[in-house]
Amino acid sequence: MLRYAVRRLLFAIPTLLVISFIIFALLDLAPSDPTAQLPLTIPEEVREMIKKSLGLGQPFHIRYLKWLEQFMVNEPLNLIEQYWNIQIGDSESRLRVRSWSTRAPVVDLIADRLPQTLSVVGISYIVAILIAVPIGVVSAYKQYSIFDQLGTFISMVGFSVPTFFTGTVLIVIFSVMLGWLPSIYDTTLEVTDVDSFIAQFKQMIMPVMVLGLFNAAQLSRFMRSSMLDNLNQEYVRTARSKGLSEPVVILVHVLRNSMIPVVTVIALGLPSTFAGAIITEQIFRINGVGQLLIGAIEGADIPTVQTVTFIFAILIVLFNLVADLLYGILDPRIRYD
Amino acid sequence: MDSVTPSTAPILEVTDLRTVFGTREGTVHAVNGVSFHLHEGELLGIVGESGSGKSVTVMSLLKLVPMPPAEIVSGRVMFNGRDLLKLGSSDLRRVRGGEIGFVFQDPMTSLNPVFTVGYQLMEPLQKHLGLSKAEARKRAAALLDLVGIPSAVDRLDDYPHQFSGGMRQRVMIAIALSCDPKLLIADEPTTALDVTIQAQILELVRKLRQELGMAMIWITHDLGVVAGIADRVIVMYGGLLVEHASVRDLYGNPQHPYTRALLETLPSLDSTRSKRLKTIFGQPPSLVAEPTSCPFAPRCQFAFDRCWKENPSIHTTNGGWADGRVSHDVACWWDIDQGAPRDDG
Repeated sequence: MLRYAVRRLLFAIPTLLVISFIIFALLDLAPSDPTAQLPLTIPEEVREMIKKSLGLGQPFHIRYLKWLEQFMVNEPLNLIEQYWNIQIGDSESRLRVRSWSTRAPVVDLIADRLPQTLSVVGISYIVAILIAVPIGVVSAYKQYSIFDQLGTFISMVGFSVPTFFTGTVLIVIFSVMLGWLPSIYDTTLEVTDVDSFIAQFKQMIMPVMVLGLFNAAQLSRFMRSSMLDNLNQEYVRTARSKGLSEPVVILVHVLRNSMIPVVTVIALGLPSTFAGAIITEQIFRINGVGQLLIGAIEGADIPTVQTVTFIFAILIVLFNLVADLLYGILDPRIRYD
Repeated sequence: MDSVTPSTAPILEVTDLRTVFGTREGTVHAVNGVSFHLHEGELLGIVGESGSGKSVTVMSLLKLVPMPPAEIVSGRVMFNGRDLLKLGSSDLRRVRGGEIGFVFQDPMTSLNPVFTVGYQLMEPLQKHLGLSKAEARKRAAALLDLVGIPSAVDRLDDYPHQFSGGMRQRVMIAIALSCDPKLLIADEPTTALDVTIQAQILELVRKLRQELGMAMIWITHDLGVVAGIADRVIVMYGGLLVEHASVRDLYGNPQHPYTRALLETLPSLDSTRSKRLKTIFGQPPSLVAEPTSCPFAPRCQFAFDRCWKENPSIHTTNGGWADGRVSHDVACWWDIDQGAPRDDG
């Protein structure tokens, strides 16, 4: 298993290099001008000098390799230095990937925004799993019952209605009409006591539920169909013929088998939830990575867009590997040797 | 193995069992009033072609048919003085695995792929016998050894996919035997195995019967297998019991035209080889309605007008021995020995 994981990680390197090149090339081809938002009174020569100072005077391949060096070598070195509090070489002169609009290192910007995104996305995903698995199990066990029909209907609605709609509806109901919950997520809020915890809890409810229910709708369908596949298997009859009780038959024998494909879906879905969270972050004004990306796209801040997009790509490659490894752990028939 | 039936009361007595399946196309009458009994230590074979209701009959005994769509409409299953069909679910679970063991047809799919063989074998031991984990493990190893799996202790931690088909069926048998059941029901246990493995399993079952002395019901569509191991045989057709006799009587003097036709389909080793294998003309009946006439009539060479009007009642052809010898019963209006219709009502 370990050898397989290491091999897969090594294979991920060329994959990610290709992805990084495509991302870089695509954004380079995009007709954007980092000086476009500066006042029109700035003369053309000054604009040229600004562009040169941003590194745009260099040919494409040099810029790509520089970016690669900054992101793949310099930034990890910085992280290592910070984490273990040590000094490797001359950290002052090491170039960092800098945002064109704020001139701050992109990695620092992301590090600032990540906790908000992680707390919303992470908790919403846990909520989604906690809702979806029991609903899927019960819907399959009581197939075509009223509970199942209702579950099917709700998940159809939940899956087909986009988050920007449900989010807005929730804001209208709970913030505007009832005034129970804040419509804007306050990132500066620090949890220090019970009151601030309640405030944090209140502002998280809506984004977490919007994202969580959307994911739960899809996951519960997967869970249901996977359970149905397994409920008709002969080993279920064997388990019953041994005199095991229904809860043991369903929750031990059938659930364990049904979780194999569902866990894969959960692992593969996590990175795309990050991408889906961009919309939710926008609606609830959560100052997360998604907002950073949207702002960078609007402001033609190419380095930020490149870096954030590439981090999403890394997450997808990584969680593909995680899904495969989990598959091997859950299903004894799969061996990676 | 022509055993003489002991005079004690049977351990299993099934009376007028009827099971139907509710489907979208209508009700399927899978078992239509089957009655039989089983004595201690006896091996009863149930033969019949696919769809004749053999499996549903034995599954119904322990309510192992999926309900819904299946429904057991009537019947009585007396086992050890209790009607299994009237037991509450927790009492029924104590009988399942505890007093009656089950072996299913396909060993490839009958075991749970994600649990070790040891785990699946220890489950009933812990549940029914109340053994601790260590005790259950010890007994599980002994059981694997009993069914002839080499280096049993080491193999407890293996998963089903690490066993061959024949070995998996041995594991299934070990699970069924784990709590010393009084009755073992085997539903086509050798059908999915190739002949050499089949012979090994049959040999194992013979050995185990001698050692453990439990009663068995063995379902098969292989008449050769039944001839080799059974004491008595039931022939089923269209959800009905059509003939019942001791093995010797059934093979020596089949009374039902269906049994006769079945036996004629068997290729013979010593006579000259015919160009084509014999078959029974026609299709098995669809079971969409409760039988009101003989279900075999459309395929029967002896069928006459009564067969189309009335479902045959069961006739005992050898006088119903009072001394404990096995009666030979047949559900047919045609007396095959006389070559004429039966005259009784």
